[in-house]
Amino acid sequence: MIRLENIHKTYATGNNKLHVLKGIEVNINEGEMVSVMGSSGSGKSTLLNIVGLLDTHDEGDYFLDGMLIKNMNETKAAQYRNKLLGFVFQSFNLIPFKNAMENVALPLYYQNVGRKKRNRIAMEYLERMGLLDWADHLPSELSGGQKQRLAIARALISKPKVILADEPTGALDSQTSMEVMDILKEVNKDGITMLIVTHERDIANRTDRIIWLKDGIVEKDIFNGELKAYKERKLISVETK
Amino acid sequence: MFDIDKWQEIFSTIKKNKLRTFLTGFSVAWGIFMLIVLLGSGYGLENGVRRQFEDDGTNIIGIHQGTTSTAYKGMQAGRTITFTNEDYEYLSKLQDVDESTGRFTIAGSLPVSYKGEYGNFNIYAIHPPYEYVAAAIVTSGRFINKADVDEKRKVICLGRLVKEALFKDGKDPIGEYVTINNFAFKVVGVFNDKSGDRVLNRVYIPLSTAQGVFSSANQMTSIYLVFDDANIAESIKVADEAKTYLANKHKFAVDDRRALNVDNNILDFKRFLDLFKNIRLFIWIIGMGTIIAGIVGVSNIMMIVVKDRTKEIGVRKALGATPWSVVSLVLQESVLITTVAGYIGLVLGVGLLELISKTLPDIAFFSHPEINFDVAIGATFILIFAGALAGFVPARKAASVKPVVALRDE
Repeated sequence: MIRLENIHKTYATGNNKLHVLKGIEVNINEGEMVSVMGSSGSGKSTLLNIVGLLDTHDEGDYFLDGMLIKNMNETKAAQYRNKLLGFVFQSFNLIPFKNAMENVALPLYYQNVGRKKRNRIAMEYLERMGLLDWADHLPSELSGGQKQRLAIARALISKPKVILADEPTGALDSQTSMEVMDILKEVNKDGITMLIVTHERDIANRTDRIIWLKDGIVEKDIFNGELKAYKERKLISVETK
Repeated sequence: MFDIDKWQEIFSTIKKNKLRTFLTGFSVAWGIFMLIVLLGSGYGLENGVRRQFEDDGTNIIGIHQGTTSTAYKGMQAGRTITFTNEDYEYLSKLQDVDESTGRFTIAGSLPVSYKGEYGNFNIYAIHPPYEYVAAAIVTSGRFINKADVDEKRKVICLGRLVKEALFKDGKDPIGEYVTINNFAFKVVGVFNDKSGDRVLNRVYIPLSTAQGVFSSANQMTSIYLVFDDANIAESIKVADEAKTYLANKHKFAVDDRRALNVDNNILDFKRFLDLFKNIRLFIWIIGMGTIIAGIVGVSNIMMIVVKDRTKEIGVRKALGATPWSVVSLVLQESVLITTVAGYIGLVLGVGLLELISKTLPDIAFFSHPEINFDVAIGATFILIFAGALAGFVPARKAASVKPVVALRDE
């Protein structure tokens, strides 16, 4: 579903050049639930932006759903984002003057779905997220967990193939974080590929695979089965120090 | 283009920023208001002046006696030039001159009486075409005619106020006799004149009669030449010929500007038309300047709106908004604000003009300020265009918002 081959990205700030991604090699299959970890500055957000077509890479090949993403103009990128990708952000990024239903329906608006139809579909997704009673509330009237559920509903409404989540639990307490993760896991069970950027180990542990970035390259790529063994090793190494 | 969601979004932003929207709209409304009021007033002024010209014929050269200011060929300065019948005959026959009338005005006013009622009025001795020159409106009876002049009849045409002063009982004055300097004149007509009371205190008598009766044999003080159709060049040529002839005849320097007073109505009228063309242009320039100031205001505000909504625009883009959909969002808001505000300005401006037009008494040189439909339509299109222009730069800025930058958590 997502294949990255030797991806490089450099940011130029004035005279300084910041080489953020230095040859990322990752292959994520359809239906996987993957978390990306790494210290700040390791390039995990940049990676997510490139995968999310919000930013472009300088070098290497990126295949999304079998398509090579290259020299994409803004309009085309917008259409791909709309059809293939769903975004969940740390700060929810809901539109403050639109009510819950309208926020969820927004991606369908950009697909030119009629007003009545998209509101009906939005209600279905709100129901799925247990937010039916809040349909006509503004985001400011919702709790953090509700807001994130709303954002997930919005990400799902266009039936994307991939959900990209940037610190989805970053602004939530641990109780709600777990609830949100439960939802994401459930969504993943429906076959939607999921890429979650996080720095919380608890969150990462609930995914099938952890990609560990360090200084712009993939340091470790750990699959579910190995996870436990890895954790134990880590624990031991901490204790022996 | 009609899209409920987009409008809803526009209205919700406007609602959130009432003061800001109001101030922006106000500058546009004010601009249009000023433009409309200025144009309307300009038109009113033009109307007024046009009417003044219409009161008198607009294709007339009037040559009036003057006093020489320089000595010439042995003649002293300070001589008053008085025209003769001979002059009149000669000037009447100049090329392009269709009709002509002499005029003899008795200095000051003379008492005119009718059966014990009397008053001092201005006596104008004229030829029949003077009816046209003064744009007199004969309300009863007739004006002085050719036979009156030819036969030196003692007939008189009274101004409305003269008639009201002498015929207090509302009696029909036609056929009655009024007395001037012990001479009895038969009233043949009563006239009205839009130029005002001053003219209505006049009486007209045949020039030939006056020359006999008021010891001004063969003399007149003014000569009017009327053209059916002459352009400015032709009228200037006739005026020059007349001047040269009179200078020769009465021995004064052609370049002595005090010896004669020449009114060239045609020239004046055309000059006024040119003047108003320029005034209108000037008004448009000022109006446009005001509107541009408004547009810059709108543009400025939209710039702030875009900056304010950077994050939102980023989110929209992440969710699949194309650059064009973002551009059209900003453009539509801008067009909406300018159009609505401009329209309010338009309506208020037209309203004010209507009010002035209805309530203001008729003043000389100002009448019926108004704005024609074409201008209103034109202004509306300018507004929509201006709105689009005002929104363009901010819209482009909005379209270039990078979602990555917008979504970065502070």
